[in-house]
Amino acid sequence: MSENSLAIRKFSDLANPTRFLGLAALVLPWLAGLTAVLFAIGLYLCFTTEGDYQQGETVRIMYVHVPSAWLSMMCYTVMALSALGTLVWRHPLADVAARAAAPIGAGFTFLALVTGSLWGKPMWGTWWVWDARLTSVFVLFLMYLGLIALNRAMDEPGKAAKVSAVLILVGFVNIPIIKFSVEWWNTLHQPASVLRLGGSAIDPEFLRPLLVMAVAFTLLFFTLHIAAMRNEIWRRRVTSMRRQAARSAGREV
Amino acid sequence: MMSHTAYVVASYGIAALTVVALILWVWTDGRARRRELQALDAAGIRRRSAQAGETQ
Repeated sequence: MSENSLAIRKFSDLANPTRFLGLAALVLPWLAGLTAVLFAIGLYLCFTTEGDYQQGETVRIMYVHVPSAWLSMMCYTVMALSALGTLVWRHPLADVAARAAAPIGAGFTFLALVTGSLWGKPMWGTWWVWDARLTSVFVLFLMYLGLIALNRAMDEPGKAAKVSAVLILVGFVNIPIIKFSVEWWNTLHQPASVLRLGGSAIDPEFLRPLLVMAVAFTLLFFTLHIAAMRNEIWRRRVTSMRRQAARSAGREV
Repeated sequence: MMSHTAYVVASYGIAALTVVALILWVWTDGRARRRELQALDAAGIRRRSAQAGETQ
């Protein structure tokens, strides 16, 4: 068997919700534990490293702001990939993944906006400006809310899946806009300083807590996402079993 | 004018609240769904695949 077809088989094995539930039960405790340990290390580093010579204590806000902003975009990318899975491959778990990710993404985007605002007030002298970066992230937040509302408004998961998959893919245009807004337009928000050509522009003193927190937040996302997917599978099972019970009760009468 | 520390405390406070709210939402949702499945199982309602497994 070629390596490629083996990979495809492993991927389609995951398409079986029962197998996914088994895998989730196995993985979740480890992921949750690892997340907690990384948060403990990350938070220790956050408060023991030195303040910045210009930003002072407020540099510590960055250790929460940057990871949540990164996750707000990664979560939407995960949703866009899931939307492709729904429309192109009709992967049975793709819609479950997209639906479960939306509230988590909304949570992290909210966090990025609020912590950014709390940093902006002492450093920029304003809570909010309508510059390209801040506005595009705000639009992302609204899109998350819209997708959650759409999913809740439609009773039939099959129908909601296609509509929200199309909407997610259309909205994906916002992700490169967010990423490159600081380069394309003159924004108050600073350009990228961690991932950029020519290496990171951040002193290791600040980079260490930032990276640990970024990994901790990412693991938190995956823990929550897998658990939320498991919940969504259970929810659909309950619905279909109730429907089935109602049908067989109808036959008996 | 708030001190810088107040902004830092407010940021971490809101971050903690948001993360705890997300964890609680996933946790309580999972528990409620598990209870529903157990109630259905207790009522003798099983998935078709599980029923097929029993009769074979």
